[in-house]
Amino acid sequence: MSDILQTKDLTLSYGDRTIIDELNIDIPKGEISVFIGGNGCGKSTLLRSIARLLKPKQGSVLLDGEAISRLSTKEVARKMAILPQSPTAPEGLTVLQLVKQGRYPHQTWLKQWSHKDEEIVQDALKATKMEELQHRKVDELSGGQRQRAWIALTLAQDTDIILLDEPTTYLDMTHQIEILDLLFELNEKEKRTIVMVLHDLNLACRYAHNIVAIRDKQIYAQGKPEDVISCELVKNVFDMDCQVSRDPLFGTPLCIPFGKGRCILNAVGETG
Amino acid sequence: MLVDLSAMKKIMILGVITVLVLIMSTGIGDLKIAPWKVVSVFFGGGTSLEQLVVTSFRLPRIIIALLAGMALAVAGGILQGMIRNPLASPDIIGITGGAGAAVVAFLTVFSNDDNTLMVSIKWLPVAAFTGAAVIAFLVYFLAWRKGVSPVRLVLIGIGISALTQALTTLLMILGPIYRASQANIWITGTVNGSDWQDVWILLPWSLVFILLSFFITRQLNIQELGEEIATSVGGNVQRQRFLLLLMSTALVGGAVAFAGGIGFVGLMAPHMARRMVGSSFGALLPTAAFIGGILVMVADLIGRTLFLPLEVPAGVFTAAIGAPYFIYLLFKTRNS
Repeated sequence: MSDILQTKDLTLSYGDRTIIDELNIDIPKGEISVFIGGNGCGKSTLLRSIARLLKPKQGSVLLDGEAISRLSTKEVARKMAILPQSPTAPEGLTVLQLVKQGRYPHQTWLKQWSHKDEEIVQDALKATKMEELQHRKVDELSGGQRQRAWIALTLAQDTDIILLDEPTTYLDMTHQIEILDLLFELNEKEKRTIVMVLHDLNLACRYAHNIVAIRDKQIYAQGKPEDVISCELVKNVFDMDCQVSRDPLFGTPLCIPFGKGRCILNAVGETG
Repeated sequence: MLVDLSAMKKIMILGVITVLVLIMSTGIGDLKIAPWKVVSVFFGGGTSLEQLVVTSFRLPRIIIALLAGMALAVAGGILQGMIRNPLASPDIIGITGGAGAAVVAFLTVFSNDDNTLMVSIKWLPVAAFTGAAVIAFLVYFLAWRKGVSPVRLVLIGIGISALTQALTTLLMILGPIYRASQANIWITGTVNGSDWQDVWILLPWSLVFILLSFFITRQLNIQELGEEIATSVGGNVQRQRFLLLLMSTALVGGAVAFAGGIGFVGLMAPHMARRMVGSSFGALLPTAAFIGGILVMVADLIGRTLFLPLEVPAGVFTAAIGAPYFIYLLFKTRNS
């Protein structure tokens, strides 16, 4: 597997405050990579910078080996799409109108809308199960539907790489799984490279091929969830004590936090 | 496929209404001329009196009203999309205020002790346009900080707007009362006294920029999704913002130069259009343009006929007829 995205000595800051310090990372092609870390550790900032939404203070982001700052923004947009955290659509915009905007980097002044554009937009709507809802207004959809509409927009961009900043925030559990299943399928069937920030460590372990744990402006660990997730990692990255078990359905690491709460272990016995 | 079929129909209907309003309005006044006669005058028919009234007195001001309305509406639509705020309008980023201050300054500087202008009144539009352009660029320049963010643009625009208004008031109070009322009529917005020379300047200017604006609807569509999405899909956000601002300044500058500070059209017309054809700018801008044109033509018609022999500036009525309809629209759609 080659590395499709890399950062070279990347330093990011807001004003004088350094968020990420000389970070080097390789993101493998065709896999799902998930950034994890405590609040304010800079994982979203890193993702945004990789997506060229934030200019680095120093260092660079390489896309297919080329510095992203040297490529035209349209060129980048044909290779990489990003879905930021909770985007908002203008009042009255329909799902179809929204998704069509994903074709922007493929259009020119002369060639404004082609059959291929139409086809790709319809495919994106189909993949996200938004076909039936395409004429509905985005601001009238439920949270899960809305997020699917935005993902359809990034799919219409028809890029090999999709970056998502906390795509499951504000969604209930059913819809979280629905969105992650959708992204997993996109990766399985179409070999798209997916990079995202997730808060839920256990879901991250289930869906990610590659976990990137961030702490102290640097990468603390990177690798397969089953190789890197440990009590020690959780302690160091999230400052939380836990026991790492196995997901009974998938066998992926399952992190069970310590803390307070109703303990009824003795009453129901060991077998539960 | 920028505009879908049902929106296209609505735009065509609005286009027809615009032409009808233009013809009807031309026929109404002291001398009533039936609509079909107006059309025949357009093609060289009618009596010589009808010829005179239609072509010399009424048509120039009606065309100026139409063009100014269209330009203000399109500029408002562009600004609302770019700033991503439904309250954005040409007034808010200081353009109209700049033109107003420039006009008052022009009247003050070039009047002699007898309160007569020392230069031709024909230079007034030039002053207005210059004021609009200077203020627009000043706002843009002051809002710049590693690029221009819509919020900074609006806040600085409001600040500069207040300054220009203070300057306008000061000049009006310091000057003789005659000049103050002269300036006040201009600031409210009027197309009274427009002639064909004005039309031949404003017509190509507005048409070029209105037509150009339909080439930037794709940019506007992505701008309205926010800076991040616009960047993600490959938009050069800062360059687009500059271009869009330049476009709306040109449109508003032209409109205020010949029709004065007609208010509310730039805010209202795009909203009404949005409710008719939705948020896609391919349909929204032409729809807003026709609505704006109709609004100012009707406002001018009321202003010059309802209170005869008094002539009331059209700007009074754009708000007077527009605002109630606007509120009604918002009220009607409050549950959807």
